[in-house]
Amino acid sequence: MTVLTPERATSTPAPAGRAGAPVRGRRGRSRAGLVLAAPFAILLTVTVLVPVLYALYLSLFTDRLSGLGFSGPRQAFIALGNYADVLTDSAFHASLVNVALFVLIHIPIMLGMALGLALLIDSAVVRLKRLWSLSVFLPYAVPTVITGLIWVYLYTPNSGLAGLLPFDPLGKSGILPSIVNIATWQWVGYNMIIFYTALQAVPRDVLEAARADGAGGIRTAWSIKVPMIRPTMFVALVFTVIGSLQLFTEPLVLRGFTGSVTSTWSPSLYVYEAAFIAGDYGRAAAASVLLALVSALLSALVMRLSARRSR
Amino acid sequence: MTLSPAAATSEASPRAGGSATRNPRKAGSRWTSRTVVHVLLVLASLYAVLPLIWLVTSATKSVGDFSTTSAFEFGEWNLGANLGALFTQENGVFLAWIRNSLLYAGLGAVLGSLICAGCGYAIAKLDFPGRRALFAATLAGVLVPTTALALPLYLLATQLHVVGTFWAVFIPLLTNPFGVYLARVYADAAVPGEILEAARTDGAGELRTFFTIALPMMRPGLVTIFLFQFVGIWNNFFLPLVMLTDPKLFPMSLGLYQWSTRVTQFPQYSPLVITGSLLAVVPLVVAFVLLHRQWRSGLAAGSVK
Repeated sequence: MTVLTPERATSTPAPAGRAGAPVRGRRGRSRAGLVLAAPFAILLTVTVLVPVLYALYLSLFTDRLSGLGFSGPRQAFIALGNYADVLTDSAFHASLVNVALFVLIHIPIMLGMALGLALLIDSAVVRLKRLWSLSVFLPYAVPTVITGLIWVYLYTPNSGLAGLLPFDPLGKSGILPSIVNIATWQWVGYNMIIFYTALQAVPRDVLEAARADGAGGIRTAWSIKVPMIRPTMFVALVFTVIGSLQLFTEPLVLRGFTGSVTSTWSPSLYVYEAAFIAGDYGRAAAASVLLALVSALLSALVMRLSARRSR
Repeated sequence: MTLSPAAATSEASPRAGGSATRNPRKAGSRWTSRTVVHVLLVLASLYAVLPLIWLVTSATKSVGDFSTTSAFEFGEWNLGANLGALFTQENGVFLAWIRNSLLYAGLGAVLGSLICAGCGYAIAKLDFPGRRALFAATLAGVLVPTTALALPLYLLATQLHVVGTFWAVFIPLLTNPFGVYLARVYADAAVPGEILEAARTDGAGELRTFFTIALPMMRPGLVTIFLFQFVGIWNNFFLPLVMLTDPKLFPMSLGLYQWSTRVTQFPQYSPLVITGSLLAVVPLVVAFVLLHRQWRSGLAAGSVK
């Protein structure tokens, strides 16, 4: 708590003499607010805002060998040159295609399953609701690295599971469905719990009325429960889109076991490769900025859609 | 509802689902639909739990049994030997990984959720300059993809000479914008303005009021923030991967990943990776099961908005 004094000192207006009691109350509240908010404000600045600006700055420079190359590399301003490099790089294109396919397959399956299961558990006929919701939720508690490891073992030829599938889950064409399955396994339960929690806030008298009007379970679910939790579904969609675009750990873990995952398989792997293997910070920063931009645009789009729907 | 590849391999679900919708009004349809619903739930639970059961059975097998017995069958009981090998490998570095994970996640989540509580409470209940701007920045912070931050954070840490240290991983993971958002919701819902007014009339200072009155009232919500931040840090992988080179500072996820990259060349790493994974999963599963009442009610309060 001692770290926050500088921030407080700079952002509080200079005390202008002693004021009366009510003013003192308000000032006390304002000062307490600053004290309580400062630790997070500092963290947000140092670990999010400054890095974002720094990435923007880095993305405009590249390392050049100066003169005859005696004095080592020096940073040279190349404006949008790194962006041009990234946007014309076929490896980046391939990573975008992979993540786009992943998003298009994973999100409908995962959120569809989550919603379906939430509606099932919420339906009147179900016993042992707690058992079902907890067991489906458990994979969320498994670290993604370990999720990847468990499934990669299940995907290897002698595990018994791989033999049941019509394709090789670690082969060139099987790798995308395999990664979709890993992410789906991990996230279905979490989103199911979010939806189920929202469903329980649906007023019971509305459901009673629907039942009195002769609506069956499926019809009540589809035309009353689903529309009422639509805002929750849009929030879940935004978070899933942001998370899916960052796809990194699953392909990286699989990479240790199969050559089907390239070192630039997803945009995040591309950034990792550019920064920490190729050492090209400018190109990595430009790719990071593009990734953040796409993710911001997509979440803005989803939120606009949700605002229009709820109007 | 679309089924995942694993669940789709069993044929029971589509056939059973069809019969329920075809004749919903016949006598006994309630019984049928109840059966169908439960069959679907059993399938979904099996999909979720079977890989975890595989983890348990595999952790008890020797390297030989692991490749010769099928996935869900027990071989010769070898868990003790596996654990012994796990904790002696590389001079017992796994013990350090457990300690590190507990430090990063435990300390990080305690501090992080307190910081969230303070900020969320301040935004909800106290007027201070920059309040709106801070809340807007917090919401924007929720949306910034963390993988886009890894490189600039790494370079900043390099310049501050903290790269490769505990702090390079610990500090960035404290930042939890979504936790602040939730804390604001909890403070709004759980701390009535009249009680704060009463405390003020009694002459209690604002900070004292927060720590002795508001914080206890926000407790159920804070358990939720704590638990989810704990999982977030425990499961985080990208940041330690980028920041750390000394295996003694690794959290379990990074250490197990590093061992896993050797498995194809050295199969004897398989039991280490699998037994280690089991140990990394058990505490979280236990925590979620034991605390489920708290986090469920916390999520409920958060989702109502």
